[in-house]
Amino acid sequence: MAKPDSTWLTRKAAIPLNWEVLLVIVLIAAMVVGRVLSPVFLSPSNLGNVLADLTEVSLMALPMTLIIVAAEIDLSVASVLGAASALMGTLWHLGLPMPWVMVLVVLGGACAGLLNGLVIVKLNLPSLAVTIGTLALFRGLAYVLLGDQAIADFPPAYTLFGMDNLGQTWIPLPFVIVIIGAVVFTLLLHATAFGRSLYAIGANPAAAAFSGIQVQKIKLQLFVLSGAMSALAGIVYTLRFTSARGDNGEGFELSVIAAVLFGGVSIFGGRGSMYGVLLSLLIVGVVKNGLILVDVSSETLTIVTGVLLLASVLMPNLAARWRAMRDRRALAKTA
Amino acid sequence: MSRHSTTHTPLPGVTTAQGPLNLGAWGAAIVRSRETTLFLVLLLLIGGTALARPQFINLQNLRDVLLNVSIISLLTAGMTVVILMRHIDLSVGSTVGVSAYTVGSLYVAFPHMPVLVALAAGVAIGLVAGGINALLVAVGRVPSLVATLSTLYIFRGADYAWVHGGQVNATSLPEAFSGLATGLIGGIPNLALIAGALLLGLSYYLKHYRAGREYYAIGSNPEAARLAGINVERRVITGFLISGAIAGFAGALWLARFGTVDASTAKGIELQVVAAAVVGSVAITGGVGTILGAALGALVLGVISIALVVLHVSPFWEQAIQGALIVVAIAADTLLARSVAKRMMRKRDHG
Repeated sequence: MAKPDSTWLTRKAAIPLNWEVLLVIVLIAAMVVGRVLSPVFLSPSNLGNVLADLTEVSLMALPMTLIIVAAEIDLSVASVLGAASALMGTLWHLGLPMPWVMVLVVLGGACAGLLNGLVIVKLNLPSLAVTIGTLALFRGLAYVLLGDQAIADFPPAYTLFGMDNLGQTWIPLPFVIVIIGAVVFTLLLHATAFGRSLYAIGANPAAAAFSGIQVQKIKLQLFVLSGAMSALAGIVYTLRFTSARGDNGEGFELSVIAAVLFGGVSIFGGRGSMYGVLLSLLIVGVVKNGLILVDVSSETLTIVTGVLLLASVLMPNLAARWRAMRDRRALAKTA
Repeated sequence: MSRHSTTHTPLPGVTTAQGPLNLGAWGAAIVRSRETTLFLVLLLLIGGTALARPQFINLQNLRDVLLNVSIISLLTAGMTVVILMRHIDLSVGSTVGVSAYTVGSLYVAFPHMPVLVALAAGVAIGLVAGGINALLVAVGRVPSLVATLSTLYIFRGADYAWVHGGQVNATSLPEAFSGLATGLIGGIPNLALIAGALLLGLSYYLKHYRAGREYYAIGSNPEAARLAGINVERRVITGFLISGAIAGFAGALWLARFGTVDASTAKGIELQVVAAAVVGSVAITGGVGTILGAALGALVLGVISIALVVLHVSPFWEQAIQGALIVVAIAADTLLARSVAKRMMRKRDHG
């Protein structure tokens, strides 16, 4: 899918139109359409809703971006979210103080990620297969912990955090975690040796290993990071909805992966940027919110996720084919 | 099915010509008959549960297991064809849901529709769904995981948009149709007989037809398969059509078995199907697996879920156990296959 080098054949097409620019245009278009469809769309409280609803998916999409750049995948994130939520409720009912509960839950998430990473790295198994298994396993553990009960008696000081805004602004307090996370993960991917090595691993793991990158160790770190962030997302989700349940966040993994791929990260690894993913998250949030405002049911909204996911892979593929065809024709003409 | 030998040594019979003296041959024999291992696991499960609760062994329980497993094992067989080629079809659950509701609504509209027409309608819907997946994967070059994840969402979303909280009840279904699930021939549920016949047919196709062997070739080494003149695209398209058609057919059977269907019918069942395939020693990395193994995998999971009920274990444990089984099965399978491959390499190098 690589763009052909800018030779005299293709110079005409060398417009600086990359995926991120396209995403900015789509985002603006989506907001304009949203404003036309519903007058409340651009109101501060609604924009706050857009961001609040993005919180958990964004927290999981940040590490997922790193993982997919390194040509792996983690399908278990939403199950870790659910297990974390269930663990949070269980520990709270055991009488632990809230700060300890949260620390333990994040540690638990890191352990879940460690399990994924160890099985994938030590046994050299495909992450897709392993995390389909742990998707069922961690969700199952969530049900083992709480069954079909819900725990809702969390202290008000913490649940208020889930609903409050930052100072006098319309930015929801939980979303501040996303903003901090976005800055940290953007720097991690684009400004550190660790981040560069992810691209090397994704492009060619054997070459990366030969050039001295500790591929296995880095992959292990990625899965631990993903587990911990998913657990954090579980805590935020639980506080936002004041409810610890085993089925919290069921199916979120698809939204997360859809957002990352729509952000221009290649499913084959080695390509993509955090900027694209952040833009794509905003687009997903805006589109979903707009559709909810015009009364589309949330189950039907899954069509949007599916179409975005498809388009993000199908469009570059078709574009590459079309480009290849045009180049061939141009070549034939000059021959 | 000794894929590792065929990729390295083109001579037939090389793998079986070794002496029975070394441990390697023994290990290889076990791996080659993974179905035997699975069968033993199945017997152990049934025996263990029966020892703990003797009332477990009764005709009603056995029939329940068969009924529960029939539909899953059919779906697993379809999935196997796809997984053999290193692809995956996550959209089967949504296809089952759409097909079940469509056939149900057809019965509401035409109460006197013949059973065969109902089944054909299910298959037709499955073929459309499978065709969409096939086009995306073979022509659009979308990785099957992404393509079928998307269609999982799109089919299910379309189902919700169309059904809108509606429901089809057993009262709308004619006796003859429900009889597909409730009827017995020689003490065995019709549903199990239908599934068994289809599984046998599919198994024969995979084992004895040129096309069937090509699925294995593609999964073992797609490049080599292409160079050997196999039309990979055509096989991929056929594979997804088979998986889709089976899912559509299973949707009609689902309606016959459960009677009541709505927009959330069979939601999430793709996980059980992948689990059954993996437990049944179908390698997720392609090229290895049989319909018999897949069916045994589905049976093992089905027996476990009934055994949990009989042993009074909370049903909330079921999913966790399933997940753990998937991980263990993948790890065990890969490690075994790898050690066998290593041994064969050594044999080739040292004679």
